[in-house]
Amino acid sequence: MKVALGIMLLGTASLLGAGQAIAAEGPRASTAAPPLSLIDRALADLSSGDQARQDAAANVLIEQGDSSLLPKLEEIRNNADRSVRLAIKPLMDLLKNRSNLASPDADRRRSAAADLGSSGRPVVMPWLEAALAGEPNRWVRYTLEESLALIRLASDDPDTKIKAAAKLGELRSSNAVPALKELLQQTGTDATDQQKALANAARAAIGQIDIWASWANAFETIFRGISLSSILLIMSLGLAIVFGLMGVINMAHGELMMIGAYATFVTQECFRAYFPAGLFDYYFIAAMPIAFCVVALCGLILEATVIRFLYGRPLETMLATWGVSLVLIQAARVYFGDLTSVVAPSWLSGGAQVMVGVYLPYNRIFIIVLSILCVAGIYFLLFRTGVGLRVRAVMQNRDMSSCLGIPTRKVDAYTFAFGSGLAGLAGCALTLIGNVEPGLGQNYIVDSFMVVVTGGVGKLMGTIVASLGIGGLNKFLEPSFGAVYGKVLILVLVILFLQRRPSGLFTIKGRHADA
Amino acid sequence: MSQDYPETKIDTESSTDKATDASSTRREFLAQSGKVAAAAGVASLLGNLGGWALSYAADKEPIKIGILHSLSGTMAISEVSLKDTVLMAVEEINASGGVMGRKIQPVVVDPASNWDLFAEKAKQLLLVDKVAVVFGCWTSVSRKSVLPVFEKNNGLLFYPVQYEGEECSHNVFYTGAAVNQQAIPAVEYLMSKEGGGHKKFYLLGTDYVYPRTTNKILRAMLLAKKVPAANIAEEYTPFHHQDYQTIVGKVKKFAAGGGACVVSTINGDSNVPFYKEFSNQGLRAEDAPIMAFSVAEDELRGMDTSALVGHLAAWNYYQSVDTPQNKKFVADFKAYCKKNNLPDGERRVTDDPIEAAYFGVHIWKQAVAKAGSIEVDKVRKAVYGSEFLAPGGKIKMDEANHHTNKPVLIGEILKDGQFKIVSRSKGLVKPEPWSEYTSPDKGCDWIKHQGTYQKK
Repeated sequence: MKVALGIMLLGTASLLGAGQAIAAEGPRASTAAPPLSLIDRALADLSSGDQARQDAAANVLIEQGDSSLLPKLEEIRNNADRSVRLAIKPLMDLLKNRSNLASPDADRRRSAAADLGSSGRPVVMPWLEAALAGEPNRWVRYTLEESLALIRLASDDPDTKIKAAAKLGELRSSNAVPALKELLQQTGTDATDQQKALANAARAAIGQIDIWASWANAFETIFRGISLSSILLIMSLGLAIVFGLMGVINMAHGELMMIGAYATFVTQECFRAYFPAGLFDYYFIAAMPIAFCVVALCGLILEATVIRFLYGRPLETMLATWGVSLVLIQAARVYFGDLTSVVAPSWLSGGAQVMVGVYLPYNRIFIIVLSILCVAGIYFLLFRTGVGLRVRAVMQNRDMSSCLGIPTRKVDAYTFAFGSGLAGLAGCALTLIGNVEPGLGQNYIVDSFMVVVTGGVGKLMGTIVASLGIGGLNKFLEPSFGAVYGKVLILVLVILFLQRRPSGLFTIKGRHADA
Repeated sequence: MSQDYPETKIDTESSTDKATDASSTRREFLAQSGKVAAAAGVASLLGNLGGWALSYAADKEPIKIGILHSLSGTMAISEVSLKDTVLMAVEEINASGGVMGRKIQPVVVDPASNWDLFAEKAKQLLLVDKVAVVFGCWTSVSRKSVLPVFEKNNGLLFYPVQYEGEECSHNVFYTGAAVNQQAIPAVEYLMSKEGGGHKKFYLLGTDYVYPRTTNKILRAMLLAKKVPAANIAEEYTPFHHQDYQTIVGKVKKFAAGGGACVVSTINGDSNVPFYKEFSNQGLRAEDAPIMAFSVAEDELRGMDTSALVGHLAAWNYYQSVDTPQNKKFVADFKAYCKKNNLPDGERRVTDDPIEAAYFGVHIWKQAVAKAGSIEVDKVRKAVYGSEFLAPGGKIKMDEANHHTNKPVLIGEILKDGQFKIVSRSKGLVKPEPWSEYTSPDKGCDWIKHQGTYQKK
């Protein structure tokens, strides 16, 4: 602190003569170069220890300073004691945000506008107005207007306040609700007409905002439901084929997802190591087919070494695959350790604002699209191609198919590999949401089985409907019951449902129902 | 005796172990166990030929200490680092001549993240291996499970992790933080002008004992500080929860209008989905900073930190603490990991529990040297009030309540997974196992009282 003070004092002393000639009155245009000495003196005053002088200095700096002062302020702050640090912090934030208003990055501009609005200082209004005039982005403009109105709402002039309240209502700004409610509470029974008008404006604005918020909330809940459903669906698709069509209870299915996630991780590391940095963002596109193929290969090996000896013996299959899953988890732990992270590509992080108060994350939109594509792909493969025809034939009547010359062993292997590959793809997609760790599969396997069983074993359509139902119901229940009881309730509902309909939503009817 | 001691010891241990197992069953097992013992004996003789026995050379027989950390299962992610740290501290002490002229010999067991196994292994360490002290446990449930074992057999446990308090055992020294040394100062910081003057608090945690107790205390404290109940939200998620859409949506609504913060006791693998969702839904650290009590450097090492930058954590130590002894500690730890070919080697980082585990060993060593004995009762007395220059600064064991006086630091998460220290307590904070907010009438004192007592 002493050193910094010394430097400041030196600077002030050398420029003292020039400084006294210039008065510090009123805000200046930011383009005009502010007199050096004034700023320097204010900087020195900041750490003077005298409250009044500190405040005055802070005001001078806010009005006349710009972001070029930030390094100096930072230096003072690092050496100063607590009270000075407290005084400098808001000052630095204001200056930083002011310069950020002109940033080329829209998110930055918006963030700065929001911070300036919540600072509540009238001095920032000209800055916001200036920024508003030249702002091309709709949402940045929205935030600028909101910030301006919030500051005006805190002003002393009743007319300005009424206008600001109306504007906030128009903007459907949920950030304004606490301030508006406070205004309402302040209005007593003996209020003047003007105060009553203000209270009415505030009440109307709150009404507007509330109605909008409930619509936004409904919309968001639906989106969350769809998003959770899509995640459940993409996890269950592989299982629907392996368990649903082939009747193999593969307890290692979750670990196949885990392998898919690690395949994504390895792809990412390869891109980081061997490709130019500009291509890094595209690693995810490469990772999807890689994850699919790697895991399909694993499935092929698993089928050839374990499962093919156990067809038609569900209990043994279950135990054997459970053993395989333990081996895979520990292998991943030994080889990769517990600490691996997949960095979501920049085009999949963040979200799109579709309307006021509604933000849709890109990664979730991506998974929704991906799961739709997967479903379409599976339907095409199963119902529009020769391979699919053979798969369905083998699953419906193995002996007859064999008699008709279909190589059932090969078809089994390919089907299992395909289902595994889908698990790999799911694992790849899940890295966008959560962690990559050896226990990843364990988190999802129960949910996957729940979806497939509820939907009805052997029916793809059942899996789709069940994931939509469970996902939607979960998100519908969670706001009121909380995450823990929401989940409990879902499980209870699924049990009750299966009591009534043991074979699930969609049952296989006809001759091969019990095949 | 001196040179081949470790091998012989392992040999006898395995044979007695088998023998006790067998005696309770059939006679043929007895014969079998004899064979096993014989085989083990041969193996140990062969082992003698190896040169590594030389490292144990000492005039007197070594002091055995136990290390009770999960090396497999879900908790391995956190606990393996503590095992490495204790081994490093032991190596340091042995290199400087041991204690009372005797070397220290660690006995490592793996309770495999299984709470019942913790009690079993603790019993084995105390009764079969007869260790002088045990360093171990991470989760509160594992500590609760070994507590009766230590109390019944008058063992000594050094517990290095921050916890929910409300415990005051004669047989445990708590080198991690009590609630008033982490959670409460953290929330006080959030309320202060420096910390942003927050007025609304969203208490979010995983559904188990530590978050629930901590949040109970925090809620009592916030109410005592005149925060209206409407401004406090509390919510729990199951372990391994992955879908934070709804909760983040609620936080967003809660944070509208400013002045809100999130106090997170979310544990383990749920953190990444939570922080990711938080930033993907357009919330920034400026709208509602997340103050976390379970996110340290070692966990951040494996996370994509881009979504966490600017959020806060409260601990008693960070790797970035700027002291000469910390620079040496960090360098030593990295060198130790590299030398022993531990996973990630030089890229390993230190964090709060690692530091607490480290100075726990040294506190014990000091106490043994001071007491001139490894007897638990004597060592315990010598620990009271002892001081140590820990990597994060000087710490002091409490005079009476078995906890540690430590500094409290608030840190801001940086891009590289390290912390920038934004606030530091004045001096050391005295530990309070029973919070003044939820149990104002209770205290913990083993000098004037018998542990937990009723204040008048």
